[in-house]
Parts: sequence; structure tokens; C-alpha cells
Amino acid sequence: MAHGKSTDWGADKAIGFKTRIGIILFAVYGTVYMLFILINAINPKMMGLESLFGLNLAIVYGFGLIILAFLMGITYSIICTMKENFMNKPGSEEIK
Amino acid sequence: MLSPELSNQPEPIAVFLFLTIVGLVLVLSWYFAKKARSAAGYFAAGGSIHWMVNGVAFAGDYLSAASFLGICGMIAFYGYDGFLYSIGYLAGWIVAMFVVAEPMKRLGKYTFADALDAKFNSKGIQLAAAVSTLIVSMCYLIPQMVGAGTLVEPLLGLPHFVGVLIVGGVVIVIVSTAGMTSTTYVQFIKGGLLIVFSVVLVMLVLVKGFTAPDLATIDAAVDKGNITIADMSFTVTSSYNAENINRTFVVLEKNSEKTVWQLMEDEGKPIIREVPFQMTTAQGETFSRIFATGFVSKIVQDGKVVKETGSLDPLSYLRTFMGSIIAPPAKISYDADGSHYTVWFHNEQPGSQLLQPGASNKFKLDPDKGATPQSILNFISLMLALFFGTAALPHILIRYYTVPSPKDARKSTIVAIAGIGFFYILTLFMGLGAMSGGVINVLDSNSAAPLLAKSFNTVIFAIISAIAFATVLGTVSGLIVASSGAIAHDLADRYLGLKINDKTKVIIGKAAAVGVGLLAIVLGILFQGMNVSFLVGWAFSVAASANLPAILMLLFWKKTTKLGITVSIFVGIALSLAIILLSPDMYAVYGLNPDTALIQLSQPAIISVPMSFLTLIIVSLFTQKQKGTLEKV
Repeated sequence: MAHGKSTDWGADKAIGFKTRIGIILFAVYGTVYMLFILINAINPKMMGLESLFGLNLAIVYGFGLIILAFLMGITYSIICTMKENFMNKPGSEEIK
Repeated sequence: MLSPELSNQPEPIAVFLFLTIVGLVLVLSWYFAKKARSAAGYFAAGGSIHWMVNGVAFAGDYLSAASFLGICGMIAFYGYDGFLYSIGYLAGWIVAMFVVAEPMKRLGKYTFADALDAKFNSKGIQLAAAVSTLIVSMCYLIPQMVGAGTLVEPLLGLPHFVGVLIVGGVVIVIVSTAGMTSTTYVQFIKGGLLIVFSVVLVMLVLVKGFTAPDLATIDAAVDKGNITIADMSFTVTSSYNAENINRTFVVLEKNSEKTVWQLMEDEGKPIIREVPFQMTTAQGETFSRIFATGFVSKIVQDGKVVKETGSLDPLSYLRTFMGSIIAPPAKISYDADGSHYTVWFHNEQPGSQLLQPGASNKFKLDPDKGATPQSILNFISLMLALFFGTAALPHILIRYYTVPSPKDARKSTIVAIAGIGFFYILTLFMGLGAMSGGVINVLDSNSAAPLLAKSFNTVIFAIISAIAFATVLGTVSGLIVASSGAIAHDLADRYLGLKINDKTKVIIGKAAAVGVGLLAIVLGILFQGMNVSFLVGWAFSVAASANLPAILMLLFWKKTTKLGITVSIFVGIALSLAIILLSPDMYAVYGLNPDTALIQLSQPAIISVPMSFLTLIIVSLFTQKQKGTLEKV
């Protein structure tokens, strides 16, 4: 049986742009997550310090990581959709 | 002896809801069978699933028994240390969202091996990816089956193995008839219901707030180590001072019935309070009394000590928890008077301490509490495995082939992150509600969420338990589709080159589904009693080590070769499994002394992931002259 994609969706000239944005956002979130791991591992007592709303840093940082993931995902999708709409118009050139 | 609240008497409403949900799943399976006649229909739902449905189905796939039962249980027992799993599991979706989603959709067809092999057509990659899919899926399948057995005991009053057989049987019927389409809709319905009813449960927790329990205590007196009690109907038969944890336990006898009590203080006066226990005498006689535990022993709301708080908003709930004294159960085993005791004592401590990392023995992070370089390394390694493992799980990756386009793959991932992230925030409230609400079964951490529901009313318990059972059904279905795809598509069609037509491939896939399902039933029965999250951790570690380096390097390093990918997958599998099997945790399972383990590390990712990357780079650099060098993906 032929090997290939399962559905057809047409050409996408914004692939290069989306890949770059994805890597940048991944690096940003990865850094915030690694910092969380390092604080937990090196100085766990720091996580007990009061931060926002009378809650400690552990809770605020943990909830923050979950909410940040969603907000960055939405931002990424909006940027990608705008770029796709712009780049995939007839006559647009592909971003490498 | 189990107390009434932990008894396994089936509730008629629970049985009714269970049968309704299983019946609904089978009807869906039959309805969607007509869409599964082609290979694209069976393995990828024809690529026709709406992104919103697929996103909720992602959540359904991901919020497996380990997430719903395991994490709630871990938070109930260990506080913030359990919540760290929630954070790691969710963070892993970032890798899927920003790096993997669209390229996987663009490159693949039915399985993630398609994507890896998109530019090479290599037998080695096909074999390695298929083997990896089977091993990771099997690691993930076993805890789901074990979880099914755990659920069926309180839900239907049936033995563990019957639960495993029911799940195995139903899933074989689902997968061997309708494949990915029915699996998707089962996951969509289940994922949605799970989130909705978890919100209901959390609202009940918040409306109830905190209430100081009216626990039975007996006044006591301590004189030079001798303990006497005020209630003369009991006889003090022995006492034991556990110096390492600074706790004292007293064995009382009344009408030939033994009970174990913990010496505590109430407003400066010594008292004793009963604890759950198991005891085996030198003659082999056993005594036990297991009852639901975990409570708040002193409630401090806005700086004032109160008996109950009334309803609280989410932030006030967390603040009040942090300001109060909480008593989750903690286990200790000791020998005294020729008998062996296992006691779950009331481990009273400030709530603020329980909401910090390293508060329990789950993760030893604070050097003042016995942290070692190895224990800290284990923590970092686990968090890395959770981060990098999600985007490398085959049953998650195949869901990208069920939507029409890469754009839909991206959108469905956002829906997944929203649903999963929201659910993981809820797990903290469910776990803390169980920890402070007197509903923890010390013999089974997985039952915290269902028992929390039971403490409110039977209908909620029945619904939550039935959804949890559907969770297992859905996740097992997805895993078996992934495994059958690896066998029929990657191995039979592509690796062995059997030149099979579309129809035969579906027949082989369904036969493989039956085989994998039967194997999962056997393993689910054999692994009864093993910790569900422990086993799921294996799947994440193996997936992160074997699959993720290959996926990332394929996408971002042009010098990647087919041999580099093949060897790195096998090195990732071998190294991660070797470290797990030779770790102290597994030595304990073998019945050997954990201190003598060949590798003093329980979580392999910190070693096996970099080694897999390194292997891919070195092998690729040495095989640049091969025709299979990647030009551009």
C-alpha cells in the first residue's frame, strides 16, 4: 500500500515561520519549567515563601505553569493562523 | 477487618450506571463500525474528526486511570509532591504543541513510525519504532488494567481479576469492531464527563469547606514511659516508641479484640487516638482494623481557630488549608512483642508544609529531611521524563492522524491543554479534600477520588466510579489501536513487506488487537497490587528515551541518518528499561535489599534521554555517506 499522508490539506507556505515561532515559545516555556525544577531541587524551602493571594510560591508557580501553557498555546495558534491566512493567499511566497 | 465506609457492598445505582456506560460504549462501537472498513478508517478514523472533538478526546486519552485515580490519591497521601506529577504531565503538552503536533500530522499516516520513516523508507526504523510502540503501550496498558480491577472491587463488589476481564473483554469488542473512530468518540464523551463531574466534586468540596471531625479519643497519662488510660473497659497490652519518627503506639484489648492507638496531645494534655493497623503474630495469626482516615485536626481561618469554616472560594480554601494542622496517614512497620505491625499513623503537620515540595517521602529534596544527591537526581529525572515523554507516547501521537489537517492538529492540542490543565488544577482540590475529609483508604491510594465522592452521596460516587471505569475503557482502547497499528501497519505491511491490501491490513490489525488485549488481561491480573503511577512512569521514561530524540532530531537536524534513528531508539529502550529493572524500587519488588541495587537511580530519563540523543548524533555523523541522510523535512 502506498505510503503517505492520510488526508489532503493543500500547500502551506507558512511552515518555516510556524516552526521558528514554535521553537522560540518552546524555549521560553522550557526555561520557566526548568527554573521550577531547579528551585524545587536546590532550594525547596524557597517554594514555601508567601507570594500572591496569600498562597506560597509552590502553588502560584505550579498553577502559573499550567495557565501559562494554555495562554502560550492560544497565542501561538492565533499567530500561526494569521500567518497562514496571509501567506497562503494566491501569489504569496513561502517563508523558508 | 474493613470499616463500613470502606466495605465492598455493591450499590444498585452504581451497578446501573456502570452497565449504562458500558452499554453506551458498545452501542457507539457498533454504530461507528461502518466507518472502519478501510485502513484509514480503522487506524486514523478517516482523518475526519473535528478538532474540538479530537481535543477533548486527547484529554480523554491522557486523563487515564493514573491521572484521575493515581494523582488524586498521591495528593491525598503526599500533598504537593503528588501535585508535581500534575504539573509535569501538563508541561509535556508544550513539547507536543510547539514542536511535534503539526510536523507529525504532515509526515505521518497511521502511526508515528510513518513520520519517523517518512524520508527514509528504512526497515530498521520501521522495526525499531514498532518495537518501541509495543513496549511503551504495554507499559501503559498494565496499570490501566490494574486500575480497572481496583475500581470494580468497590463499585460492583467483584474480585480484582473480574474487573480486568471485563475491561479486556469490552475493549477487545470495541477495538476489533470499530477502531479509532469509536475510540475517539468514547474518549470524547468520557473526557467531557470526567471534567464536568470533577467540577461538581470540587464544588462539593468547596461548599463543605473544612470541618473538625468528632474523633474518638481516650485521655491518657504518661509516667516514666508507662502509659495508662482513663477508659478502664480497655486493657493496655503493650506500647512501642518509634524513635525514628518520634511517635508512640499503644495496643489495647477489649472483648478479645485488639486495636492500635497513637499517643498524641490535645491542648497540652496527652490523649490516644485510634489508627488503622495490620498485625501478624509469631504464630501467624493476623489482626487488622482498616478504616477511612485523614483529617484536619485544627482549623485556622483568617487567624482564628474554628470548628468549621462553611463554604469557601478556591483561594480561601487553599489559604485555610495552609494555615491549619492536617493529619494525613503515614505508614510505619515495626516488630514488637514478637509480632509484626504495620500502622498508618496520624502524621500531624502544618498544611503549609504539606503544600511544599519534598514534604513527604515521595521526593526527598530537603537535605534537612534526609535528601541525598540520588534522591534529588531522581526528582529531576522524573520531571524530565514527564516533560519529554508526553509528546512521544504512541497512543497520543496517533491521534494527530484523525484530524483533517495540521492546523486542526494544532487547534486540537490547545483544546487538550485547556481541558487537561483545568482538570489538573481540580486534582489539587480533590486530593486535599480527600486528605482532610476522612476518606482515605490506607490500603489503596487509588481510591481517594471515588471515596471522596462517596462521602458526599452515593449517586456522585456511582457516576464518578462509572466514569473512571470508562476512563480505563477508553485509554485501553487507544493503546490497543496503537499496538495493533504497530503490528499490522509497521511490522506486517512495511517491515516484513507482505504486500497486503487494505482489507487484509484491517483484518490483521483486528487480530492483533485481540492478541494484545488478551496479553493485557493476563498482565493486568499478574501485576495486581502494583502502584499504578509507578508503572505509568515507566511508559513516560521509555517513550522519552526511545522516541523523542528520534522525533526531534528528525525534525531539526539535517545530518540525521536512518541508522542514527534506528540505533538511538534501541539504545533508548534498552537503557531506560535496564535502569528501571536494576533500580532500588525494582529490587524491592523482587524481594531483594534495595540498598544492593546495581543502579542507585529509580528514574532513568536523566541518563537515557541524553544517551539516546548522543547515540543518534554519533551514529549519524559516522554514516553520512549513506543515501538515507535527511535532506529536508
